[in-house]
Amino acid sequence: MAKITFIQHNGAEQTCDGSPGMSVMETAIKNMVPGIDADCGGACACATCHVYVEPEWVDKAGPRNPMEEDMLDFAFDVQDSSRLSCQIKVTDALDGLRVRVPAKQF
Amino acid sequence: MSDVITTDAVIIGAGPCGLFAVFELGLVDVKCHVVDILDRPGGQCAELYPEKPIYDIPALPIVTGAELTSRLLEQIKPFGAEFHYNQMVTELIKHGDNDFELKTDGGLVFRSKVVVIAAGGGSFQPKKPPIPGIDSYEGTSVFYSVKKMEAFRGRDVLIVGGGDSALDWTINLQPIAKSMTLLHRRDDFRAAPDSVKKMRELVAEGKMQFRLGQVTGLKGEAGVLSAATVKGNDGATFDIATNTMLPFFGLTMKLGPVAEWGLNLHENLVPVDTAKFETSTPGVFAIGDINTYPGKLKLILSGFHEAALMAQQAFKYKNPGERLLFQYTTSSSSLQKKLGVN
Ligand SMILES: Cc1cc2nc3c(=O)[nH]c(=O)nc-3n(C[C@H](O)[C@H](O)[C@H](O)COP(=O)(O)OP(=O)(O)OC[C@H]3O[C@@H](n4cnc5c(N)ncnc54)[C@H](O)[C@@H]3O)c2cc1C
Ligand code: FES
Repeated sequence: MAKITFIQHNGAEQTCDGSPGMSVMETAIKNMVPGIDADCGGACACATCHVYVEPEWVDKAGPRNPMEEDMLDFAFDVQDSSRLSCQIKVTDALDGLRVRVPAKQF
Repeated sequence: MSDVITTDAVIIGAGPCGLFAVFELGLVDVKCHVVDILDRPGGQCAELYPEKPIYDIPALPIVTGAELTSRLLEQIKPFGAEFHYNQMVTELIKHGDNDFELKTDGGLVFRSKVVVIAAGGGSFQPKKPPIPGIDSYEGTSVFYSVKKMEAFRGRDVLIVGGGDSALDWTINLQPIAKSMTLLHRRDDFRAAPDSVKKMRELVAEGKMQFRLGQVTGLKGEAGVLSAATVKGNDGATFDIATNTMLPFFGLTMKLGPVAEWGLNLHENLVPVDTAKFETSTPGVFAIGDINTYPGKLKLILSGFHEAALMAQQAFKYKNPGERLLFQYTTSSSSLQKKLGVN
């Protein structure tokens, strides 16, 4: 089990249990975290599961994969810490992960 | 006044379920026309995941979205359905029992006995970046598609994005625009390598500019844009002078006009019965991702099943009082004749 915290645009925080093997996006959807739309259901085809990984977690979350990098072209306000949450797999090493949800997925 | 196209059935949406509906209707001799907003068939399979594998199509252990589409097209070929692309069905009017009129944004008018809504997640529409105040420039200075190239002659055009639409329009509009700038968040493109090469040549020849960054704000007055404020990749902010911005951020699905056709809706889906997949309006069916009923699964195979049952009822509307014989394609010579295999 890994604790994952989603921080809303307004600062509200929600901490959820992620099971290893699931994606961070799936963890959000299962717990009804607002602001993660995930229109394509995790196929890396929509960019509506965009999150900003908090600085201290960027390295642990790992680099973007090439498909994800392409798909981020369709996200808004992409920053160095931007990831598509369907492409981050929950692992024990990510216990405590903190990600910010953008004001709006688009 | 345009000529009215008269037919047995109009299928709204050329996604996998709309395409398979052509097959099932064809077997019972219901002739159809298919309309789609996109410029090609396949719906989500073609637009969202052409290269991705699907593993749950019965008897096809693995097939990509593009392959599935081309196989369906091959399968429905014998029925000679007519396709109308780049057309959004905007109006559906009931004139009487089994007498429907449909209109598209491109000026087509259909008259049919049966309507099959296979509109999936709804109509594909360009994604609008949430830049503050962008609405006030839409249609005057901000455009999400190019309908007539001439409209961009002599303008200071800023194109935003790195996909095929962005690159294609950069190259096509550059010769007629007064100035052309392409803005993208990285120096890497998902667009076809050929177009990227062409764009780089234009930059090298001094005919256009390529800048790195993302738009954060817009400047202008009374719907006329004067500049876009951009955050560069080094974090510094700068302005790009422009009176015409074309953001290309891909497509998203919105229910669209289906909501305005007087059908019962439930959470943006069209409720149907599970015997005929008919909506609250007799003669109007809904199959595939757009419909809902107890136990609905948004899967392609469910849509195929729905198409088969829908066709049985469509036959009855076309041939009132006639009995439809249940037949197998394997053994029925009349079905094989329709399929052109006998
Ligand atoms: C990334 C991804 C992976 C998927 N993987 C699978 C899988 O493995 N297995 C599976 O079974 N399913 C999968 N699906 C779901 C599957 O793609 C859908 O169930 C299927 O596409 C639904 O088909 P459809 O014909 O109902 O609608 P769509 O494919 O959505 O097509 C609807 C068409 O209707 C058109 N349209 C809508 N409104 C109008 C209008 N007013 N006028 C004209 N045209 C209109 C649209 O432009 C669109 O082309 C996946 C979906 C995605 C996004
Ligand atoms: S859920 Fe669509 S890209 Fe992540």
